Amino acid sequence: MRATHLIALGAVAAVSLTGCSLSSTTSTNDPTSTGTGSATAPTNKTVTLVTHDSWVAPKSLLAKFTAQTGYVVKVSSSGDAGQVANQLVLTKGSPVGDVTFGIDNTFATRVTDAGVLDDYSPALPDGASAYALKGAAAKQLTPIDFSDVCVNVDNAWFNKHKLQPPTSLDDLTKPAYKNLFVTPGAATSSPGMAFLLSTISKYGTSGWQGYWKKLMANGTKVTSGWSDAWNVDYTAGGGKGDRPIILSYNSDPTTTVKGDKSSTSALLNTCFQSVEYAGVIKGAKNPAGAKAFVRFMLGSAFQKALPPNMYVFPVDKRVPLPADWKTFAKIPAKPWSVPPAEISKNRATWLQQWQDVTAG
Amino acid sequence: MPSRWPRRAALTALALIPLVFLAVFFVLPVGGMVLRGLHPDGSWALGDTWSVLSRPPERQALWFTLWIAVLGTALTTALGVPVAYVLYRLRLPGRRVLRGIVVTPFVLPTVVVGVAFRTLLVQSGPLGFLNIDASWVAILLALVFFNLAVVVRTVGAVWEGLDPRAEESAAALGASPWQVFRTVTLPALRPSIISAASVVFLFCATAFGVVLILGGTRYSTIETQIYLLTTNLLDLRSAAVLSIVQLLAVVVLLWGAEIARSRKQRTTVTAGRGGLRAVRFSDAIPLALTGLVVLFVVAPLATLVVRSLQIDGVWTLDNYRHLASDGADNALLVPVWQALDNSWRIAIDATAMAVVLGVIVSVLVTRRGSTRHTRGLLTALDGAFMLPLGISAVTVGFGFLITLNHPPLDLRSSPILIPIAQALVALPLVVRTLAPALRSTDERQRQAAAALGASPLRAMVTVDLPVVWRPLLAATGFALAVSLGEFGATSFLAQPDHPTLPVVIYALIGHPGAVNFGMALAGSVVLAGMTALVMGLVERLHVTSMGAF
Repeated sequence: MRATHLIALGAVAAVSLTGCSLSSTTSTNDPTSTGTGSATAPTNKTVTLVTHDSWVAPKSLLAKFTAQTGYVVKVSSSGDAGQVANQLVLTKGSPVGDVTFGIDNTFATRVTDAGVLDDYSPALPDGASAYALKGAAAKQLTPIDFSDVCVNVDNAWFNKHKLQPPTSLDDLTKPAYKNLFVTPGAATSSPGMAFLLSTISKYGTSGWQGYWKKLMANGTKVTSGWSDAWNVDYTAGGGKGDRPIILSYNSDPTTTVKGDKSSTSALLNTCFQSVEYAGVIKGAKNPAGAKAFVRFMLGSAFQKALPPNMYVFPVDKRVPLPADWKTFAKIPAKPWSVPPAEISKNRATWLQQWQDVTAG
Repeated sequence: MPSRWPRRAALTALALIPLVFLAVFFVLPVGGMVLRGLHPDGSWALGDTWSVLSRPPERQALWFTLWIAVLGTALTTALGVPVAYVLYRLRLPGRRVLRGIVVTPFVLPTVVVGVAFRTLLVQSGPLGFLNIDASWVAILLALVFFNLAVVVRTVGAVWEGLDPRAEESAAALGASPWQVFRTVTLPALRPSIISAASVVFLFCATAFGVVLILGGTRYSTIETQIYLLTTNLLDLRSAAVLSIVQLLAVVVLLWGAEIARSRKQRTTVTAGRGGLRAVRFSDAIPLALTGLVVLFVVAPLATLVVRSLQIDGVWTLDNYRHLASDGADNALLVPVWQALDNSWRIAIDATAMAVVLGVIVSVLVTRRGSTRHTRGLLTALDGAFMLPLGISAVTVGFGFLITLNHPPLDLRSSPILIPIAQALVALPLVVRTLAPALRSTDERQRQAAAALGASPLRAMVTVDLPVVWRPLLAATGFALAVSLGEFGATSFLAQPDHPTLPVVIYALIGHPGAVNFGMALAGSVVLAGMTALVMGLVERLHVTSMGAF
């Protein structure tokens, strides 16, 4: 008798366990609420996209892809570009998707060296070849968009305080700008890493640590992520911070427009260019669909949707930018750059050295 | 006695349910990641593996993790126990509201709390004069802020149910209030205090967002180091070594807690109604402490609420109205209310799993083993379910990707993984809330019930349930809160068209534009407010409604 009671309890537990899990499955696969309806589409008609958390594409845009090709896109996103790259490397042989978007030039060779992508190089639109990788990596990764990580200044604050805003990386170490600069850290933030690469590119592998020492001595604040630098410390950000100089993107002045003027501007000689690529994952269940999606991302509809949705520039030169972008988002003529293979090789060392300098 | 065997078999079968769950969704993925680090390409790559621990950044991280977690646990416990007394023992007006306020931090997304804390602490902020922005003090305060709920509720739930007669008789016999507390109350609370403290320690030792946001980049813990090694540097070997250290530390901690718990004769709690008593003059010190703690909890919350009600310094409800939209420039794929709906569905699934499994585990581990051997086994079982709290979410998340890829466990893109991952985190809390209460039940009552012919189930309903129902409800509320606030594992698994509310809040706060920031704050206030409300309601459910169990 006693035994049967316990077994009954266990059985009830087991049943309720599976029962409640199923409720979640049915609710999440309900095609009416998802709009993508992946559960109802046949497998070979689904293209699974592996991307980062900053992926934003309106449903109407993806519906356009479905209308054109018959494929339905299922998006699987997590973390930043680094996490996506590592996910691809770790799931080599049994990938979680067909096509990837969002690997940038700082992680590109990690992915191409690991052999987790298929060769696929579609015809590029006008001007896009300028953003293509060099060598064998170019066969696997197709440039889709770019953005520049630059020092931004809150001109309104500088006007109010009757101070000339800084104009160069060197200026940031001057006493006039003591305690005014905030940047996300290189170890924990992609724009932070881009800024470190700018300084490595400008001051050389032997000089950048000296520059950072001066930067830190001048009261630079290093936050862990972009969001708290922007929302807590920056005077023109989400809150009312106390630092008018921030490391952020060249598109940011478009978010501080009042009337026909932006109260902030990007210093174009401080920028590091980040390019995001797409590629077909080796072992994809739907390689044809993956290729079709890479081509779609190069098409004008997708390219045009990049600035308002993901705050990045299209690689296609012919695609018109939004009006405020034309006016307020300036593209640097000569951004700083470090070859992707160099970055892959030295990432750990540089980050360690950077941590040593900034922790001091 | 021949009847022992089927009973033992039934117990084993019962134990298998949670064990299989733990094996598949925790041991397998974590083991997979550790193996990938130490045994890549089919051969062991141990070599100078352990030199990882002597590298300066790792050594600093180990050291910092240890002392900040010890300090955080000590402070949280020292403040939590008097607050539990005041909020669960005294007939204090407004105690229900205060109980709600104290638990809200537990579900708030760390990035939002980080922003709220830092807004107070930056040089130009109201507490800027303290000069603790980007310091370990800020990290410590945030750890206390987040974990206070664990101590207050775990201890409070037991305290509320204590039969006051033992204390009253001690007092009548001339014991001073302090003597009564030390000799009567404290021994009865001891298991729950140790339970809560060990959970808090694990939360402190694995804190991630708090350390990053409030420490700037000056401090790193084992957890942040594993994150950096895994997601950025792809140095899985070093990450594996640190994961093993994390695991060992958890085992040592649990072992220590077990020794501390069983050191003294267990005190028993009679299944009394418990009871509140009037506030006395001698309660001045705990009352004052509680006042301070409430202030400390309210200050960042108030900052959040105030900022959520303002846009560019002007008072407005627009941030809340915007919650129905997709955010500025389509920052979101789904409106916030839809994410809230997802959060609830997932939370209910996760809570159901955690509570069912937690009850099974608690019933099992609180059995008196008849031999040393079985006692040891039960203790190990108890500890095993605590392990998920001590392991980095990023390790489990990547582990899912590399191990759950073969049928029948091809679950990588399955939405079931989200409530499962959350249940793994909530399960130890459920066990830690229930087990102390079950343990403190007088075994003689069960024996008496059995002697009178009651079946074990009947004995459980009549003897255990009256003692356990309060902690059971507390545990359910906790599981809900854990699930609603969980971000680490969820962000790994949630799909962009089905995000949870914390995932959406992170997305909003990561996009420039005042509208998105305002919405993130409003969303956090909604999340916290609603969770506090629901936890309050769950606690008010009466035992009669549990009678059908």
